[in-house]
Order: sequence, then structure tokens, then C-alpha cells
Amino acid sequence: MKVHEYQAKVLLAQYGIPVPRGRVAFSPSEARDIAVEIGSKAVVKAQVYAGGRGKAGGIKTVNSPAEAETAVSQLIGTRLVTHQTGPEGVPVDKVLVEKASDVTRELYLSILVDGTSHLPLMMASEAGGMEIEEVAQSTPERIFRMDVDPAIGFQPFQGRKLAYGMNLDGGQISEATRLMTNLYKLFIDKDCSLAEINPLVVTSEGKLLALDAKLSFDDNALYRQKDIQELQDKEQEEPLEAEARGWGIDNYVKMDGDIGCMVNGAGLAMAVNDLIQHCGGRAANFLDIGTLNNTERVVNAFKMFVTDPRIKAVLVNIFGGMARVDVIAQGIVEAYQQMNIPFPVVIRLAGTNLEEGQRILAESGISFIQAKDFYDGTHKVVEAAKGVTK
Amino acid sequence: MSILVDESTRLLVQGITGSEGSFHAQRSIEYGTKVVAGVTPGKGGSQHWAVSVFNTVEKAMAETGANASLMFVPPAFAADGILEAIDAGMPLVVCITEGIPVLDMVKVHRYLRGRSTRLIGPNCPGVISPGKCKAGIMVGEIHLPGNVGVVSRSGTLTYEVVSQLTSLGIGQSTCVGIGGDALPGSTFVDILELFEADRDTKTVVLVGEIGGTMEQEAAEFISRKMTKPVVAFVTGSTAPPGKRMGHAGAIITGSAGRASEKIKALSQAGAIIARHPAELGLTTKKALENL
Repeated sequence: MKVHEYQAKVLLAQYGIPVPRGRVAFSPSEARDIAVEIGSKAVVKAQVYAGGRGKAGGIKTVNSPAEAETAVSQLIGTRLVTHQTGPEGVPVDKVLVEKASDVTRELYLSILVDGTSHLPLMMASEAGGMEIEEVAQSTPERIFRMDVDPAIGFQPFQGRKLAYGMNLDGGQISEATRLMTNLYKLFIDKDCSLAEINPLVVTSEGKLLALDAKLSFDDNALYRQKDIQELQDKEQEEPLEAEARGWGIDNYVKMDGDIGCMVNGAGLAMAVNDLIQHCGGRAANFLDIGTLNNTERVVNAFKMFVTDPRIKAVLVNIFGGMARVDVIAQGIVEAYQQMNIPFPVVIRLAGTNLEEGQRILAESGISFIQAKDFYDGTHKVVEAAKGVTK
Repeated sequence: MSILVDESTRLLVQGITGSEGSFHAQRSIEYGTKVVAGVTPGKGGSQHWAVSVFNTVEKAMAETGANASLMFVPPAFAADGILEAIDAGMPLVVCITEGIPVLDMVKVHRYLRGRSTRLIGPNCPGVISPGKCKAGIMVGEIHLPGNVGVVSRSGTLTYEVVSQLTSLGIGQSTCVGIGGDALPGSTFVDILELFEADRDTKTVVLVGEIGGTMEQEAAEFISRKMTKPVVAFVTGSTAPPGKRMGHAGAIITGSAGRASEKIKALSQAGAIIARHPAELGLTTKKALENL
């Protein structure tokens, strides 16, 4: 789960990490008031769930409260298109107004869990302000890494090594070490999946400051991070994906085609999408219906398909293991009873409780396009979609 | 022969009295697996499906000689359950549970160091050696004893692959679902190593997916150490970058996570690539004919 920069900075400040003075504004007049409080040159930053805001015009420097008001009135209510968003962009409904900083150096600092060492990894570089993937490609020797043993936590020597790696000196070494120790504590306390300060700047007074901040959180841990869960901004989510979550369907990703897919298991769901493309069609979504054995989620998935105007045909491909085929079949029948389903539905069932599932479908009297296997089902749904004109 | 589980496996089910644990314990018993014990704290001394239930893993092992554990403990408590099994010296732990917090798994991995337990999963379908032992939630009937090893990050996609193999008359030595999490207990390399050493495994089918670099590490191992042919497929070619595709580990961050990069690495390492998932059975058949 992502949060906005202003929310990330509130969390950083709570953990004693210096951030520029400022706060979030929801209107031009509010932005003006904050600029008055700051009393000097300020920066106005659109708050969206996407990077690349600067190049897209989402960050503006202003010299007066009046300029702040104007800049914010030009941002709020628009949609920002960056290289990380689709062409439709993301809505801007709030901005962060903060004191402009005198920057002498831009550094990089982050923590994530490394898939190879299975440990939290603190990374630091003096090449801040650009994407770390680029630095890793062009000048990997400028990135310094420290695995952290969770049994003992982040240690001062590690902070020193990374701080010297970033070419800091004097009092900055202990300042940076303290900052890293606090960032690690935040990372662990809040179940972060990424804590990134890019850039971490050195000001003209020689102080360290988190000029930008990105925090994301482990979805699996949200059950024990209620305060974090509340920070989620549903307006920033893709509308269909937000709708799916509203229906209790967590594993839904919008794709750009016209074939609705309901599959159990993430790997199989991806494979179905791949195979649809291989057969000359395009999936409208990725949907792993999961293993919660109730019919309601199946019915809700059909509600999603029925309200999605792009859908020309639907493929249900279930290979029961943990999921039981009879429950899925019952859900499909209930969906037909509850709503008018205007598109052809191809069904392929296999696995746990298959006979019972087939019996339920047969006794329903509803006409489906039956498929004998995965490949057959994909072919049939691609053909079925071709026959529908919209 | 086979890897990880066989006729000598004495299975303990952690969370046997829960709904999923109960359902799948019974299926494993029906398949012929020796399910010798269950563990549910607070229900020790009772019987479930004629299996003795214990309060602790340690007690269950001491009383029944259990040598593998199959876990159905809910996500908030699963890491603790794995730690308990590691502490008890359980040789093999297969964790089915999906949704364990990553930082809980960091602790588990740290605790595994220097200890003898092998962990499969979490968020996986488990392990089956057809005709011998089923320690997982896969449908037993689609499997056939034979000489092809299967290793996959997916559950249901593995069932697809296995049913293709079986329908072509190609049996399997062992099928291992390593799971879809970002920090799996065992990796492709761990399982490839076991298949390479297993006399009865002639060929390996590897089913990878987007996210992480486990397929690239597998490619490295295949080119340096594997003498047996590996047939590979990587799912997620059509997945958009930055989106988590169901599995916690299936998210493209950076170019290495893309399906195309993984396919390239595996192909360069000499693996035989199936172009699409419905082709894996036939591709494996050809590989076996060329042995």
C-alpha cells in the first residue's frame, strides 16, 4: 500500500527525521495561509500516487503567498500525467506546501527487504535526486549497501560506513547515523515494504533534510497497522480496481482488453492472460478469485463484469485445489439468477469437487460455453469475443 | 526415488482442526499419506480424523516420530508456527498459508540459519511425490508416478502443467510448489539441486513468473551445474509493470523482474522454453524423447 508524500513526511517527523517545514493543503486559500506561515520562498507539490511529478509540472516553486495561491489553483482539480501514470493521469486534490530549501548536495537513502539475503537492506548513495535503478546501471560503485540483522537491529558502525560512503563528514556522520537508525525503526515498526528518501539533501547550513519521501507498506501486515491502513487514498486508485476492492475482490488488476477473466490462483490467472494474447485476444483484467470458499465473491466478480462496458465475453477458468469447484459453480448459477448477463461465458472447471460442480451447472439449465481444458477455454473465449460487436 | 517426501514421510498437520487443515488432512490420508499427528494448541489429547492431536510440535514429534509438517495456520500466527517447528528440529516444513507479513518471514529466515529445517512455501500448494505421499493441497488424482520433476512458484498453474503431463502419459517424480511470496523458504535453485541429485528424476519442468530474480539465479545454476534437461515457462508476459499480480512476489520492479528477461536468461542457460503455458506438456514430451 502506498501513501502520499505529506503522510510519509509526518511519519518521518514522528521518528525524529528532519523534514522541511510545511503541511498539506486542500484549497488555494489554505495553501496561501501555509505560505504566509512559512514566510519565505515555498514549494508546492501535487500529492499523487506516482513519481515523475517534477517533469510533469506537478512541483512549483513560489515566491509569495499570492503565487502559492495561483499555483495551487492551477493544480487542484486537474489530472497529472507522469511517465508512471497512464495517459488518463491521476487526480490532484491536494498539495503539500513547504519551505523551499537551500540545497548543496542531493543524496539517496532507502530500506527494503532484500529477496536474496532475506534481510532488511539499507542502501545509501551520494548520487541522489535521480532514479536509483539508473545509478545501479551506470555507476554501481556509488551505491553502498548494509544488510541489517533483525536480531540486533541497525548498528552505529553501519551508519558510519554508509555515511562515509556518501562522503559526509564531521558532525554529519553522527547526524546521518541517527537518521538511519530512526528510519530503520520506522521501517520495522510500521511494516514498510519500502522507505525511500530521495533526495536526502545537505542544506547550505550543512544539515540533513528529507526533501522527498516515499513509503509503501506490506499489504499482508495491514491487519496490524490500522493507523496506516486509514491513510489509503481511494481517489488515487484505478477506479475499476477500487470498485473491485469494494466488492471484496482484492486481486483485480485492470488490463486494456475486452475479455473478462475469472481465474483461481495468481500464476494461472497471469497464464490465462498470456494465453489470451497468444490466441489473438486481449484480457480486460487480471482476477485471482482466491480460495475463500463462498459464492458471494463469484457473484460480485460477475457484477464487476456486467458494469464494465468493455466486456465482450468472459472466461471462467478454475482448477480447484484449495478452492472448491462446486462453490464456484454455485456462485456462477447465483450470478445468473441475480442479474442479466449480456455476454457469452466460457467455463472450464477442473480439480477439487469437479463432479459436484458439473452437476450444479448442468441442473441450472443455463447455457454456457463449456471448455474441456485451459487451451480450449482460451480459444473459445477469444472466438466468442470476436463475435460480439460493441 | 523422489525428493522431499516419499513412503517414509510421517506427516504432522499444524492447524489440523481448522477448516482448511481438516479438509486437506483428510484428502492427504485418502491419498495414502501417513498422517501421524496434528497440532492445535489447546486441543491436545483429542482425535481428529482418527489422528492424535497435540498441543506442541515437540510433543507430537516425540510421540509419533513425525518427520514433516504441513501448515495451515492463519497468517497472523503462521510465522510463529514455523518457528515452533524449526525449534523442534522438524526436518521439513511445508507452509500453505498465504498472507504472512514479510517482516515475520525475515525473522523466520534468520532463525533458519544454522538449523536443519528445510522450509517450502509459504503461500504454496505443497509437495507431492505421486503414489507415495501428498503433503499439500493439490488434487492427488491428476498426478502420475514417473520421472519428471516439477517446480513452480504457482499453485493452480502447476495443476495445469501436471494434468498436461499426466494426460500425455508422462509421470512425475515429485512436484514442488515453492510459493508466490517474495521471501520463499526454498528457491528454484534449492529444488533444482535436489532434482539434479535424484536418480529417478530425468527431466525438470520449471514454472516461473514475473518479479524478483529467482529465475535468473535458476538460469545460472542450470548453466553451471545441471546435467538434466530443464523445460521452462515464465508466466506474466502481459502483466503491467508496478502492479502486484495477486502473488506478493509477482510485481515487476526494474527490468530484471520482466518475463522477457527471465525467459532470455533461462534460454541462454540452455533451458528448453515453452512459448505458452498450454505447450509445456508437449515440450516436455519432446525433451524426454531426445534424452
